[in-house]
Amino acid sequence: MKRHLISAADLTRDDALLVLDTAEELARATEGSMKKLPTLRGRTVVNLFFEDSTRTRISFEAAAKRLSADVINFSAKGSSVSKGESLKDTALTLEAMGADGVVIRHGASGAPHRLANWVRGSVVNAGDGTHEHPTQALLDAFTMRRRLGDLDGRKVTIVGDILHSRVARSNVLLLNTLGAEVTLVAPPTLLPVAVDTWPAEVSYDLDAVLPKSDVVMMLRVQHERMNAGYFPTVREYSRRYGLDAERMARLADHAIVMHPGPMNRGVEIAAEVADSVRSTIVEQVANGVSARMAVLYLLLGGSEPAIGKEVSQ
Amino acid sequence: MSTTYLIKGARVLGGDPADILVRDGVIAGIGPDLAADGAEVVEAGGLVALPGLVDLHTHLREPGREDAETVGSGTRAAAMGGYTAVHAMANTDPVADTAGVVEQVWRLGREAGYCDVQPVGAVTVGLKGERLAEIGAMADSAAAVRVFSDDGHCVSDAVVMRRALEYVKAFDGVVAQHAQEPRLTEGAQMNEGEMSAALGMRGWPAVAEEAIIARDVLLAQHVGSRLHVCHVSTAGSVEIIRWAKSKGCRVTAEVTPHHLLLNDGLAESYDPIYKVNPPLRTADDVTALRHALADGTIDIVATDHAPHPVEAKETEWAVAAMGMIGLETALSVVQEAMVETGLLDWAGVADRMSTAPARIGRLSGQGRPLEAGAPANITLYDPSPRRAVDPAAMASKSRNTPYAGMELPGRVVATFLRGRPTVLEGKLQ
Ligand SMILES: [Zn+2]
Repeated sequence: MKRHLISAADLTRDDALLVLDTAEELARATEGSMKKLPTLRGRTVVNLFFEDSTRTRISFEAAAKRLSADVINFSAKGSSVSKGESLKDTALTLEAMGADGVVIRHGASGAPHRLANWVRGSVVNAGDGTHEHPTQALLDAFTMRRRLGDLDGRKVTIVGDILHSRVARSNVLLLNTLGAEVTLVAPPTLLPVAVDTWPAEVSYDLDAVLPKSDVVMMLRVQHERMNAGYFPTVREYSRRYGLDAERMARLADHAIVMHPGPMNRGVEIAAEVADSVRSTIVEQVANGVSARMAVLYLLLGGSEPAIGKEVSQ
Repeated sequence: MSTTYLIKGARVLGGDPADILVRDGVIAGIGPDLAADGAEVVEAGGLVALPGLVDLHTHLREPGREDAETVGSGTRAAAMGGYTAVHAMANTDPVADTAGVVEQVWRLGREAGYCDVQPVGAVTVGLKGERLAEIGAMADSAAAVRVFSDDGHCVSDAVVMRRALEYVKAFDGVVAQHAQEPRLTEGAQMNEGEMSAALGMRGWPAVAEEAIIARDVLLAQHVGSRLHVCHVSTAGSVEIIRWAKSKGCRVTAEVTPHHLLLNDGLAESYDPIYKVNPPLRTADDVTALRHALADGTIDIVATDHAPHPVEAKETEWAVAAMGMIGLETALSVVQEAMVETGLLDWAGVADRMSTAPARIGRLSGQGRPLEAGAPANITLYDPSPRRAVDPAAMASKSRNTPYAGMELPGRVVATFLRGRPTVLEGKLQ
């Protein structure tokens, strides 16, 4: 594997499968308990969050702690660090602290790339602007594998604000690497102009795509898009692109419904869908810790075996 | 009495070797085997002699941002790049929107003495796009401004643009438009296309430039005025300008060196050294721009030299300043993009980088052919060496060059400003 995980494209098929297999082992090893593994004892992981995301920060923190790493939470939100020059200063501070791994969440696309130029430790992208969120894609793939088995040839439909979604970008890349077939469904205003160059099909018609989908992933509609003229009203968006019980009935019996959270119930997903047996939304949270443990272990673990098994880097 | 120089064996516009005698600020003679008693000899075997380069688009940053550049440092950079005249853009602080500010910049240039500094006047007060600045007063000032631009901002209001185009006719002025439809580019970071989609950055669509150019050529045609289009960056813009010229519209256009060489693939690094306005476009756009410069659809190369301090670029892309320096690399980049590819010969380079920009800016003493009696504004250029660009060696106060470490051809050996060398043997005088 590469030294950093900044884009889902950093992972080859073998890398991705290694992460997913490792996540599976780590999940089993720690299942049902808060059992700690000694793997990253003595290593320091810094959670550098320039954007509020309690869910993601807690997930990374739990992952690092279950591997016995020392965790430093560095929340830059609200401080003067919203100015760009501070990213470099922050990086120099992290260097002085001897961070082995830096988990960064940042509102600017590419901030983890910049950080990687300035620190020696491994950089893990925990979401950058409207670019990528590779560990979300890994936990999603992990969740799909647990429910559906091998992803080769599986049909995954991603619905919503593709243009601004880091989750969508990382998922398209990773799912393509893993052999799944991705279809993007959105109003044309929320698709990038060059989406035809992506390894994915595009449709404007959710109803037509649902019956052949193994997975439907609903993306959150950000509040700032609601009044920016991308669609006429939230109600119209919900009617055309929301997943309600009636639409859910068009899915095949085995198909699952995913959402990266946090949800707008009643907008992109109806409550009865979110709470149905098809929904993996709660599992995704738990799986997030396992997937992030795998990433941290593989990037920072050096040559030590995770749980008794030699894993090559 | 000034020194007399005898330039030996230079290839004038890349032609056969000849000697050039420079005396009292003018070219006293040009031809084979000239001799002159007491003249200082400049050996120029193998060097190309060009008329001193003229830049229609330079940001000297003074007054206001002397931490990035001053008239002194910027004109030294210009001389090192082979320039004998630069047009200083109006987006300073205070804005060059009054006779007082343009005269100040003009005087600073005279005092620095490395090249002529011709101030550009703002079109509108404070570059706000609302009310015309005192264009006539700037034209009548000691700086004799002829080029007006709100560069950095687009004169987006169609009525204001129309009035500006009409108004400058009174003194043969030209409005140089920074073509960027503001609503289509709110928060825009890079060319909108495959790269922006992959990188998750707000796109800057080609149509935001092309729509303004289309409107402006129609306006200029309607009122019979001169229009100049700054930094053309898309293939579509080229098509519109080509069409407008075919209809007799008095439009001229410039392309920057960086838009002739670099494309938006470089944004993949998220290094904002490549962040510029207008943005780097696709490889297809680069090809179209090169051919447009070769066939004359685009009239000139202009640097859009835009110095920024280190901290303005050592950031995330989204908060970084837009722009790159270019005076000291322009000729090398044009050689790489246009001469090495066979699209332009040295006579063509002289036209695009000296004669035509001087004509558009109405600089009578610049861009003249290298012939007896002309002011001795001469650039001696060695096209043979290839070297890695070293930002630390630059005369500009800023280091934001996108070419750092890139191997480019050529080297400016000497620059003469009215017979006085500002650069000799590659060194500032
Ligand atoms: Zn401009």
